[in-house]
Amino acid sequence: MTETDHPDSVPPAPAAAAGTAPPEADAPGEVLISVADLTKHYGPIRAVDGISFEVRRGDVLGFLGPNGAGKTTAMKMITGFLEPDRGSVTVAGIDVAADRLAVSRRIGYLPEDAPAYGEMTVEAFLRFIAEARELEAAEEAIEAVLETAHLRSVRGQTVETLSKGYKRRVGLAQALIHDPEVLILDEPTDGLDPNQKAVVQDLISSLSANRCIVLSTHILDEAERVCNRAVILSEGRILVDSTPEDLVSQAPGHNAVRFRVTEGDAEEVAERLAEAEWCASARVLPGGEVEAQPAAGENRLNEVLAAVGEHRVADVRVREGRLDELFRDVTRGVAA
Amino acid sequence: MSALARRFTGMRAVLRREFHGYFASPLGYIFMVIFLMASGYLMVSRDFGRFLELREASLDALFSYLPWIFVVLVPAVAMRLWAEERRSGTVELLLTLPITLEGSYLGKFLAGWAFLAVSVSLTWPAVFQVARLGDPDWGAIFASYVATLLAAAVLLAIGLLFSALSKNQVVAFILAVAASVGFLLIGLPQTQEFVGKWFGGYVERVVSSLSLLDHFETLTRGLLQLNSLLFFVLFTVGWLVCGMLVLGQTKTN
Repeated sequence: MTETDHPDSVPPAPAAAAGTAPPEADAPGEVLISVADLTKHYGPIRAVDGISFEVRRGDVLGFLGPNGAGKTTAMKMITGFLEPDRGSVTVAGIDVAADRLAVSRRIGYLPEDAPAYGEMTVEAFLRFIAEARELEAAEEAIEAVLETAHLRSVRGQTVETLSKGYKRRVGLAQALIHDPEVLILDEPTDGLDPNQKAVVQDLISSLSANRCIVLSTHILDEAERVCNRAVILSEGRILVDSTPEDLVSQAPGHNAVRFRVTEGDAEEVAERLAEAEWCASARVLPGGEVEAQPAAGENRLNEVLAAVGEHRVADVRVREGRLDELFRDVTRGVAA
Repeated sequence: MSALARRFTGMRAVLRREFHGYFASPLGYIFMVIFLMASGYLMVSRDFGRFLELREASLDALFSYLPWIFVVLVPAVAMRLWAEERRSGTVELLLTLPITLEGSYLGKFLAGWAFLAVSVSLTWPAVFQVARLGDPDWGAIFASYVATLLAAAVLLAIGLLFSALSKNQVVAFILAVAASVGFLLIGLPQTQEFVGKWFGGYVERVVSSLSLLDHFETLTRGLLQLNSLLFFVLFTVGWLVCGMLVLGQTKTN
């Protein structure tokens, strides 16, 4: 805490200097979730092993990781449903262990598989949530959230009769009803068809302003689409904490150039490329195409084309790194 | 908000949801019909209550068999309350709302109790009949209803404990029936005689003071004795506290 308190301990600036203060829009948002050394065991298994991170207002943080990596356990501890064996979680400045009720009023939580009371209608279910949250303008909040989650048409149906996509949106609606600062979404799109996925992802993207969202997923495209931060977890530990763009640029094969040699010898082109000092590797692929991988994943399209020289080439493509390849590399390293 | 009220945050919302839940499915109505048929049959049957043969303006014939009906029917009312939450995963939703474990537990208990109270109140035609046919002891009838509600509370607290213990409603039901039967059997003269023979008079007195049937009978005679009232209150609270402790352990499994 002393580190985050530091800016406050600076003596207040004279009033005359206040106008020169940097505009707030450029400053990173305040820290809404702070996790320190969080650990949880299930018997001999370490589900979460000393993870620490902070999430600021405006962040959409994606928890990535294989099944059993500890994503769900970590989220359950952030929401206060599970008590950690060690470490602490602070949400909006409040320690979860000290005051779970106060924290739960600031969090909207979608548990895994979006559980809801099947025998209730969508409207009755949301009314129960509004009552439990002691919302003053409950009816307005229910109407607003029915609109946001596109649930108007099914408001009178019981939850058990809804499709998976609608059920998930009911889960999101209950998480949003009190307009929380912090949203925790455990696999919000798992098991949905591509159309339903797109709807839920768009919904999440539209919610990211002025709050922080933590979502877990094992779909890497999703992290690229909706998150501005990605944390890869494996066996309870944080392996990578970065942005999806950064991860893509670190991924194996990022900026590799592929092309077909239409006139000339492909082998000769590959050899010439391999000699260049910027080139990590160059080879002829089984299909006859040449692939040149620049060192450090830099974009070297111009150098590649210069090296081709008198040969004629076609179908030149610069590959983007694939998150799933990085993901496999990173998580396999741990498992081995 | 006082510390005690804070402890039971969210109780009201849970109570309302669960109470309405009984009437949202046919189960609640089926329960009421079975309860009224069983209590009516035992009341007028020649083998049990002998209400018609006794020719008394008294409802003893009705009340004395209610604990035995409750042994089966109260676990049926309780079995869903936590088992279903845990099976469907909604317990995670519930306990991450601004609702405490104690608040939700008590809310469910009160909802089940209120439902049982509604069911018991549907025996009013029997009261109407004895009032029409004679001059009943109104004090005894009032005390009998109090005793019935207290017995329902104890058995409901037992049922709720087993519902918190098992995700499977059927298992929760069977365990709760077994525990409730055991609780009632302690009070039978045969059991007490057996205990007295083997463990001596002191133990027999302790065991007989734990007899739900004896305390129930004391109350239905119109004697609102403090120790009988305390028996029901303390056991209800005890089973509820045990259930809350159990749920604290089982909620995450």
